[in-house]
Amino acid sequence: MDKKNNIHVRRLEENIFKSLMVFSTGAIVLALALILWTVIRKGLPHLSLGMLTQAPKSGYYLGKDGGILNAILGSLYLTGGAALLAILVSLPVVLYLNVYLKKGSPLAYIARFSFDILWGIPSIVYGAFGFTIMLLFGVKSSLLGGMIAVTFLIFPIMSRSMDEVVRMVPGELMDASYALGATKLETAFKVVVRQALPGISTAVLISFGRGIGDAASLIFTAGFTDSLPTSLLAPAATLPLAIFFQFGTPMPEVQGRAYASALTLTLIILVISVAARLLTRKFTKHVV
Amino acid sequence: MMRGLAVASTLIVVLIALALFMRSKPILALKPLTTLLFSTAWHPSRGEFGFLAFIAGTLWVTLVASFIAIPVCILASIYLSEYADKRLREWIGPFIDILAGIPSVVYGMWGVLVIVPLVKNIIAPLFGGYSAGYSVLAGGLVLAVMISPVIIHISVEVLRTVPSDLKQASLALGATKWETIKFVVMKRAMPGMIAASVLGLSRAFGETIAVMMVVGNVARIPRTVFDPAYPLPALIANNYGEMLSIPLYDSGLLFAALLLLLVVIYFNVVSKMILSGSKWSLYYNG
Repeated sequence: MDKKNNIHVRRLEENIFKSLMVFSTGAIVLALALILWTVIRKGLPHLSLGMLTQAPKSGYYLGKDGGILNAILGSLYLTGGAALLAILVSLPVVLYLNVYLKKGSPLAYIARFSFDILWGIPSIVYGAFGFTIMLLFGVKSSLLGGMIAVTFLIFPIMSRSMDEVVRMVPGELMDASYALGATKLETAFKVVVRQALPGISTAVLISFGRGIGDAASLIFTAGFTDSLPTSLLAPAATLPLAIFFQFGTPMPEVQGRAYASALTLTLIILVISVAARLLTRKFTKHVV
Repeated sequence: MMRGLAVASTLIVVLIALALFMRSKPILALKPLTTLLFSTAWHPSRGEFGFLAFIAGTLWVTLVASFIAIPVCILASIYLSEYADKRLREWIGPFIDILAGIPSVVYGMWGVLVIVPLVKNIIAPLFGGYSAGYSVLAGGLVLAVMISPVIIHISVEVLRTVPSDLKQASLALGATKWETIKFVVMKRAMPGMIAASVLGLSRAFGETIAVMMVVGNVARIPRTVFDPAYPLPALIANNYGEMLSIPLYDSGLLFAALLLLLVVIYFNVVSKMILSGSKWSLYYNG
């Protein structure tokens, strides 16, 4: 019998590849679960209320008292500010692309293409770019500097995610709005935004989650400090860098705090990510 | 005004490239490009800027990561889209996507705690080599895990666009499921898979913190995967403190950033061109 047509050989081949596939899927899921498990197992014993509600006290990096409130607040302010700035740019741009431009407009194509490219640019490059802007305007490492870099980092993520949902708004809805005498601007902000609001919120959450976890864009731009953030122009501590610096010290107590900080940051990001998902699922039910 | 904003935001890429280029001009004016790219002499305080060791480090780590991640991810995405039943798929998909959001510094920490000892105590002795653990292989392994969600997410999307008529026609002709995948599905999905891999690769290329924590950061061209390396992003991130105190150093580092930018733009344009025409549009919605 021709070997090529032997059903047993063919089945064997299928089974070999199928087990390879199961193995691959399992390996990836296992690796990701292992990361989560490592962070929880290492971080949980060191996590305490004091860590979350205090700034570092003197001798903190030698194992003395204090917490990472400076980094938590710094990260929230910095990423919150960046997300706000990014919304201010993304929303009008996305509405313009979808409401004002005709389908198949070259500008819309070029804009989406360039956002896709921006999305792929590594965050260290945004850090370096943010740094050159800061030098240009004479801004030192500060909350503001970090905010600028993170705004550039999350802008493409936010715009592309918003674009995906605004695009889904039915044309009939806009036509109905025009028929009632509304202008394009009114249609864009009162009809399209309202219809796409859940998706827009998801886009904001996703960008926030990406921004708050990024360290490389902040190394040059935000600096680091042990005090709570009070001024836009003063250096600000952030969670990813707090983890990085604490983890790099030889003191076991301080490393323990790095684990606890990592757990805190991971939890914040997971909560945001899950919330974004639930938001999409819950609200898409009631949209027209 | 909205139009102005839209046009301006389109030009950000150009703006970034231009800004980095302007800042790297001083070093480009003094050193020939070939010296910068192909010399290993790295003594910023003596005015010697040869990036070859760093470029080699980046390439090694990226290639090792791709070598591990691409086959595994393609097999996994075929499994998820063609074999796995719906319930399993609906759990694993979001699980992978959500965990993709874990920050890179946490990946790096995990790398130091788990992967570095694994390379030092188990993998290197297994192949009869010695490794301090902080090595190209450790960097590659951590990166492979980091880029997997991206590659899987896009590959699954691409596989979903293969029309089921095609599969049914092949099955009706007596092909097994695997033969259908091998000859019909893969043929159709191949460009998308390649694009997904290129995007994963470009993600690996620019990843900074996680890699920096596990590759050892020794500015020498690695000879085996057990040697340490010093990739470009790590070089930039590690030297921000002293770069303004040594002449030309900041220019050199921003030149490194420019190199990263150009390579990543190239990767992205290539994959975008491969994918253009296919239905999905969002790279990755982590």
